[in-house]
Amino acid sequence: MTSGERGRLGDRLLHAYTWLVIVWLSAPIAVMILFGFNDKQSKSNTSWQGFTLRWYAELFEISDLTVALRNSLVIALVSTVITVVLGTMLGLSLGRHRFRGKGVTNFLVFAAISTPELVMGASLLSLFVSGNVPRDANTIIVSHVLFSLSFVVVTVRARIVTLDPSLEEAARDLGATAWGTFRQVTLPSIMPAVMAGAMLSFALSIDDYVVTSFVNGSTVTFPLWIVGAVKTGIPPQVNVMGTLIFCVGVLIAVANAVVARRRA
Amino acid sequence: MTGLSAIELEDVVKEYLSHGEVVQAVKGVTLDIAEGEFFSLLGPSGCGKTTTMRMVAGFEAPTKGLVKLHGKDVTDVPPNKRDVNMVFQSYALFPHMSVWDNVAFGLKQRRTPQEEIRRRVGEMLEIVDLAGREKRRPREMSGGQQQRVALARALVNRPRALLLDEPLGALDLKLRQAMQIELKRIQREVGITFVYVTHDQNEALTMSDRIAVMNDGLVEQLARPREIYERPSTAFVAGFIGTSNLLAGTATGGEVKVGGGRVLVPGREGEVTVTVRPEKITIGAEDPGPEVSGVRGTVAEVVYLGTYTSYSVSLADGTDITVFQQNAHDSVATAERGDSVWLSWQAQHSYVIGS
Repeated sequence: MTSGERGRLGDRLLHAYTWLVIVWLSAPIAVMILFGFNDKQSKSNTSWQGFTLRWYAELFEISDLTVALRNSLVIALVSTVITVVLGTMLGLSLGRHRFRGKGVTNFLVFAAISTPELVMGASLLSLFVSGNVPRDANTIIVSHVLFSLSFVVVTVRARIVTLDPSLEEAARDLGATAWGTFRQVTLPSIMPAVMAGAMLSFALSIDDYVVTSFVNGSTVTFPLWIVGAVKTGIPPQVNVMGTLIFCVGVLIAVANAVVARRRA
Repeated sequence: MTGLSAIELEDVVKEYLSHGEVVQAVKGVTLDIAEGEFFSLLGPSGCGKTTTMRMVAGFEAPTKGLVKLHGKDVTDVPPNKRDVNMVFQSYALFPHMSVWDNVAFGLKQRRTPQEEIRRRVGEMLEIVDLAGREKRRPREMSGGQQQRVALARALVNRPRALLLDEPLGALDLKLRQAMQIELKRIQREVGITFVYVTHDQNEALTMSDRIAVMNDGLVEQLARPREIYERPSTAFVAGFIGTSNLLAGTATGGEVKVGGGRVLVPGREGEVTVTVRPEKITIGAEDPGPEVSGVRGTVAEVVYLGTYTSYSVSLADGTDITVFQQNAHDSVATAERGDSVWLSWQAQHSYVIGS
């Protein structure tokens, strides 16, 4: 075999492999979207029975599910805002300053990422129980902030260490106050990292099941509701909601890419 | 120079803690920079020149000593409240802002009226020859243009002194020479004090009214460029600025016996080190006589360099002397490799250092 032939064969293999990965990654999403249009008659939504838009019209007909989705969206939004503010501050201080306890803080950030969710959920539950904290949406928010915080810290820290410190000095030199420097120079420079961290923590929060199931009390979130519905059959509305959440995610990702390209 | 002080440093010391050890970056510098002066801090990297400038800007607090701007003690005043602006080595242009917004940044911080901002930014971009490029982002511009944006961004605030930290370091030679002339023109036009940090002796000699040569945290010599060059006060300055020949020996009766001849040092006795610049020396075949300095040697190397020829001459005691001869009339070398020659120069071109 000549090297040219081998090269062509290699190209073909790479081609086939690439398509295989793409299909493998998108198949579950395609199935989810498809079964949102399934005109199913039986209780379960597992076999294709014809096309309908009925479930889109009846999206909010199941009131428990609607409440669960709203809970999830509110919790994801609130926990993301808190996480981004705290995580950005922590990432900035870890990336820019030297202080007592920096090593410990870095270790804890890493530990929070590497702790299994099951362990985190169980320990949070015993913490709340022993502290006599009633479990509700607030405890869910606290827990979600806890496990997403590290991801924001890591992305912001990575960005700030590559930022030329003389940018901030220049702003100070030109008369900006400490806060003015942060608002006009530091924050815009680290914004891509802050946004990436925000998207990560929103995504982590909205589909979290394990930790949430320990600390939810009587509050039901979207993932908790779905798992509960598995026994009786998942209604197509879940597929529709999943599809809509997915579409919003894709829109944000596309918008992000367009903005990034325009900046570059 | 009007004689008024723009910047005064009084015995300023800066210590750092590095790996548990105290390191002195600046070991007691006293400077008095006059209003409207082009003042250079010149020295090798690590000599403390940048640290000294950063203490003037307010980015570093001196461990000891005072920093005064226009007679007022500003040692504890933060950088945003000091009436000086800085041009950074990396330019430090804000990448997310247009050229216009970069230049307008300082005026906006001072809540200058919109109309005045528009006028002053426009004028300043005119001065640095960037009119018509207001909407560009810094990264869409060449190094020389970015340099001028950085200059405009600082100067538009009409600071009472401008600090420049090796601002031409990132430019290529041609552009650097053009910018040197440009900087000097702008300084004359706006008439404010420039403090210029550089390790490039040519830059310092070309542009400065006065130069402070720094080494190891101290000022070795503070003088006008001509004096720094012609009359270096220490061996370090003589070696750092241009090419210098050093001759050491014992003076008796106003001359040092060295290299089969004599170096005239009127009024000196005892151990001395004498410097003489290569272009002050003449090469000849005969002993030039007792009224000038003259030493004997053998030509070890001849290098033709266009405007001049460089000779390396070895004296009997092993000292190497560099001689530059202008190629003024013809390009025929006055001596060949291996020739035995006499080197001579006028007594006033010998300069005794660190006596």
